[in-house]
Amino acid sequence: MTRQRDAGQPGRGPTRLRDMALVLGAAVIFLVGWKLIVIIGGYPAFILPAPEVVGERFLRAWAQGVIAPHAVTTLAEITLGFVTGAGLAVMAGYALARSRLAERVLSPYLVAAQATPILALAPLIALWFGSGLTSKVLICALIVFFPVAVSTMVGIRSVDAGLLELGRSLRATRWQVVTRLEVPAALPQILGGMRVGVTLAVVGAIVGEWAGGDRGLGVLINLARGSLFDIPLMFATLLTIALIGLSLYLIVVIVERRLVGAGW
Amino acid sequence: MTAIVGPNGSGKSTLLRLIGGLLAPDSGHISVGGRMVTGPGPHIGICFQEPRLLPWRGVQDNIALPMELAGVPADERRARARELIDLVGLAGFDQARPHQLSGGMRQRAALARALALRPSVLLLDEPFSALDALTRERLDEELQALWAQTATTIVLVTHDIPEACFLADRVLVLSARPGRVVADIPVAQGRPRRREDPAASQAASAVRAALERSGTPVAEVAA
Repeated sequence: MTRQRDAGQPGRGPTRLRDMALVLGAAVIFLVGWKLIVIIGGYPAFILPAPEVVGERFLRAWAQGVIAPHAVTTLAEITLGFVTGAGLAVMAGYALARSRLAERVLSPYLVAAQATPILALAPLIALWFGSGLTSKVLICALIVFFPVAVSTMVGIRSVDAGLLELGRSLRATRWQVVTRLEVPAALPQILGGMRVGVTLAVVGAIVGEWAGGDRGLGVLINLARGSLFDIPLMFATLLTIALIGLSLYLIVVIVERRLVGAGW
Repeated sequence: MTAIVGPNGSGKSTLLRLIGGLLAPDSGHISVGGRMVTGPGPHIGICFQEPRLLPWRGVQDNIALPMELAGVPADERRARARELIDLVGLAGFDQARPHQLSGGMRQRAALARALALRPSVLLLDEPFSALDALTRERLDEELQALWAQTATTIVLVTHDIPEACFLADRVLVLSARPGRVVADIPVAQGRPRRREDPAASQAASAVRAALERSGTPVAEVAA
């Protein structure tokens, strides 16, 4: 059996090397550009610190344990918020896809909630649910909900009618149809929504921390900028947030690869 | 083995879905083996025009699907799926995903899946119509062998007259709208058959004549 060679497929000698070279090249260009802006503009470190200053501060802050406790808090908020939001969104998306009534009743609220800026909602949620974990999880869940619900709805709706007829001919129960046919068939779309959702969850956690909280990377940004006036630390925190977002995104992509597989 | 031949829109597939319990008749009733059909049942296996395999599962797990849904234990499922893989000539492709298979192999897998619960009646809805002529002829021959081995009643819907006459003992001819049975043509010929057998071509002529009498241009059915 022959398999078509896919240029984008990882793990093939020359292609992989070339890809890695490109990734590295892009990173170098980014860092050099950053450095050039600092040099040409003559910016002091409290406006725009140079990349090596941020790098050094990043390593030192982690070594001294300045960032770690905040990162753990934020990561917990993101994880709980994402799991809650995405879990509910898959169920809601299924209902939206399969019930006209659910679509009519729910979709106005769904769209309205999405159109309302989370930045405006966050202080309210903090007011109602306090400045603890609950309010952040809620904000994360809220922001994750929309993309996952919509992609689930689209995915479930586009399940081949032939598969559903097959399920009926095999006398599959409602639950069997959902778990063996519909959800697996819609999985690529559902996971696509989760990719978007997981990056938004990071935003949600930071916004939630800004609205009220005494721990987390969002709080650390405020501390670094305000009372500490340590702008390199602020950048180091931003770098941490970006790395968390990137890692979570990669985790979803890996899960997608494992579950959906190549050439699906 | 019975074949149902008719032009597009004569209700061949609808009739098959009625027998399979996927559609309910507006009036009258359908009975299979003396039992009324009220819905899909385990004694009826259906193979559709498209293979309808689950793209995320390998061949073996696709074939095992009906048993999985019916609650057959895993080891029994595996054993039966292996047996069917051999029966339809897919040995060595147990774990292959549908997208790695040719059209003919996919349809073989679909056939094996339809046989998984040992149905007493197998309904085939133009199962090979999407395949090229060579593959179709080979699968027709294998279907004949399979039929001999499994002793299953087969109802085959097709718009291919030679295929119907090669495979079936009885060919029912449907007319175009409204779909009515206009002829019931026996194919008097022993088995195993060969394509060149005169009885088959005689039957084919009779089918064509019946279609013409009903006012359906034969070209529409495919000669």
